Amino acid sequence: MRLKLVPQSTSFDFFSRWKLWLGISGLMMVIAFTSFMLQGLNFGIDFRGGTTIRTQSAQEIDVGMYRDAIAPLELGDVTITEIFDPTFGPNENVAMIRIQAQEDAEAVEASTISAVEAALAGAVPDVKFVSVESVGPKVSGELIQTAVIAVVLAIGAVLVYIWLRFEWQFALGAVAALVHDVILTIGIFSELQIRFDLAIIAALLTIVGYSLNDTVVVFDRVRENLRKYKKKDLKEVLNISINETLSRTVMTSVTTLLALISLYVLGGDVIRGFVFAMIWGVIVGTYSSVFVASTILLWLGVKRDWSKPPNTSGNQFANVDA
Amino acid sequence: MLQIDTWKRVLIWLVCVTGLLMALPNAFYTRVEQSNDAKAAIELGIDTPEMQADAEQWPNWMPSSLVNLGLDLRGGAHLLAEVQVGDVYESRMEAMWPEIRDALRDERATIGTIRKQPSDPDEIRVRISEPAGMPRALEVVRGLARQVQTLTGVGATDIEARAEGDTIVVQLSDAEKLASDDRTVRQSLEIVRRRIDEVGTREPTIQRQGTDRILIQVPGIGSAGELKEIIGTTAQLTFNPVVNRGTDADAVPGIGESLVPSLDEQGLFYMIESAPVVTGEELVDAQPAFDQNGRPAVSFRFNTSGARKFGDYTRDNVGSPFAIVLDDEVISAPVIQSHIPGGSGIITGNFTVEESTNLAVLLRAGALPAGLEFLEERTIGPELGQDSIDAGKVATIVAFVAVLVFMALSYGLFGLFANIALIINVGLLFGLLSLIGATLTLPGIAGIVLTVGMAVDANVLIFERVREELKSAKGPARAIELGYEKALSAILDANVTTFITAVILFAMGSGPVRGFAITLGLGILTSVFTAIFVTRLMIVMWFERRRPKTIEV
Repeated sequence: MRLKLVPQSTSFDFFSRWKLWLGISGLMMVIAFTSFMLQGLNFGIDFRGGTTIRTQSAQEIDVGMYRDAIAPLELGDVTITEIFDPTFGPNENVAMIRIQAQEDAEAVEASTISAVEAALAGAVPDVKFVSVESVGPKVSGELIQTAVIAVVLAIGAVLVYIWLRFEWQFALGAVAALVHDVILTIGIFSELQIRFDLAIIAALLTIVGYSLNDTVVVFDRVRENLRKYKKKDLKEVLNISINETLSRTVMTSVTTLLALISLYVLGGDVIRGFVFAMIWGVIVGTYSSVFVASTILLWLGVKRDWSKPPNTSGNQFANVDA
Repeated sequence: MLQIDTWKRVLIWLVCVTGLLMALPNAFYTRVEQSNDAKAAIELGIDTPEMQADAEQWPNWMPSSLVNLGLDLRGGAHLLAEVQVGDVYESRMEAMWPEIRDALRDERATIGTIRKQPSDPDEIRVRISEPAGMPRALEVVRGLARQVQTLTGVGATDIEARAEGDTIVVQLSDAEKLASDDRTVRQSLEIVRRRIDEVGTREPTIQRQGTDRILIQVPGIGSAGELKEIIGTTAQLTFNPVVNRGTDADAVPGIGESLVPSLDEQGLFYMIESAPVVTGEELVDAQPAFDQNGRPAVSFRFNTSGARKFGDYTRDNVGSPFAIVLDDEVISAPVIQSHIPGGSGIITGNFTVEESTNLAVLLRAGALPAGLEFLEERTIGPELGQDSIDAGKVATIVAFVAVLVFMALSYGLFGLFANIALIINVGLLFGLLSLIGATLTLPGIAGIVLTVGMAVDANVLIFERVREELKSAKGPARAIELGYEKALSAILDANVTTFITAVILFAMGSGPVRGFAITLGLGILTSVFTAIFVTRLMIVMWFERRRPKTIEV
């Protein structure tokens, strides 16, 4: 008996309410964007400069006590959070202390760090500083810039690739889906105020890659079916294609999610934000390849005149033999 | 039909076996690491029985490359330093002054008397008393310029002189500034490397980043602060004539003089001549030592030209004080007792033994040509690194098992084929990572886990396609063949796009993010290989033996 998440053949109608789906997607993007504009992202030190110190002690963490110890140093905005994680042992009490970038300091202030360490060591005798990271405002500004360029470049490169391999309508549909995924991911990070650091940019790009992967598989089938069913209208062809690839879409999403969830639960708190972004991205990416990418394709319409011989246009890889 | 040439079969298995062999040392990480370290030590001549025993832990004929662990997994310190390239302009101009002065003096008849004017540190301003002689003065100064080798500017010279009224302004040219910046950064890089090597930590990463930055990563060091102590000081050592000394911090230095504080005596300042007699660059050796009174000191020795300059100066100035200046602070200013011809001496100050040892290291490694400003520093404790490795291991294993079970349940026998391919895939990935000496970071582990999840995608695409082809009731062999053929374009398109993003991530990212990009990118390569070659070969071999009339995927 085989495990089948999706029946052998399905015939869901994905486009009976396509305007509604586009509307929902648009609305979610608006919500995400508003949240981003109103709350902003909880940028980590990579992007706004400053210092984070991760402490560990056998003693229970009393955030108030930590705060009192650091307060006399007058360092401006200091955030202290206790971190809980299932992978911690019984005597592992971990806290993260984040100190804003000190004014008019271009470089990292070593004296600030040692002053904080000394103050904490005075208050909590067995405290250990397991990691200390400082980023100067100069670098952090550049990191934001590089990150934005990376995401834009990735989306641009993909646009060109799909345009070359398919038609421009496909490329626009795929990119709309990518933008949708990226905005929704940024939106959830702003809504839940999860720390947004350099690794999240890597996650964003991976989401771009994954979402695309999904979209391309659907589009590949659409292209094939457009040649196969020359008489059927586009909506029908899209529906057939999505139904035919549905089983694969679900299978791949499930295996990827299985892997990511085990990393989320067991991989430790250091990369949890990163893994969260990817889990969210897989879900959103799967949704968007059907309800955004294909819907946009339906909306834009496709040139149906496949006068070229069916096996050469854009399918040139298919004859490569093992 | 389902035919694969014998040579292709052999090649596919060969690639798999080689990959797995390359990956094998990582399964015995500590043992191989100890063995490699011991072998390196024996090469260097440290040959003890313990070393031999360590070296024999891993046989010589086995591959022994390991995946490097990134700082976030091993613990250590990371610094991003910006070289203050502008510092060099100043010393260049200072060194230029005597030359310009002498050249202009020779033309006194046409340009009159000359007087150096106060100016920004990166230029020289000279006022001449006969403005009519300006063209001649400029000509003379320009005559001192040297050619600069650049890629674009043919005939560019190192200095530019222009007239502003009766004042000549001399500056480094843009071409020379560019060339000088490059030299400064390369020199700094080399000196940072030497200083770190002197301290003898293992496998430091010292890289140039962009035009004027240096990235320094040293595993195993206690904190970024310690690392900064080793490399942070410029250690610019000079020996300057002393004009006078006093306690006035606001004393106005004359032209060609500067005011520097004393290192140990609070409130004491020396007025010294800015142009040094000898600099630390002419040192050939520096060692920690003790003076006559048994206090820690640093002994030094000059090269021939330094020794001559030092000898001449001490001969001519017996009885005058002489300042030993380190990074704009006077360590000590002894009075010259007698002519010192040999070119060696000792520096005394209020040193501790540790300070004198450090100073000797710094002097020996050479001075940094310019100051370093630290833009980023990170310290990761070894415990946190170990915790991350442990968590990463558990998570990877669980993810792996979950995917294997799920695949077997979904596709039965074909799922098992895909699973074997998945195991080979991860083996190949580790083999490749070891082969290119890539660095595994925590996000890199996430990349591997993601690869495990996504690698099955290609197989899923194929199996789903085979299922569909079976429905149209062709024979099983035909269905498998068509499945592969038709799924291929989707597999390639999907993976090429993901690969593009991995490449961009690698090009734009740094540190841990780059580690992620590497595992993701290589993971795509290995998973495409295993899906379209390895599983296919396994299915074909099974098919040839069994010749099933029907198959169930």
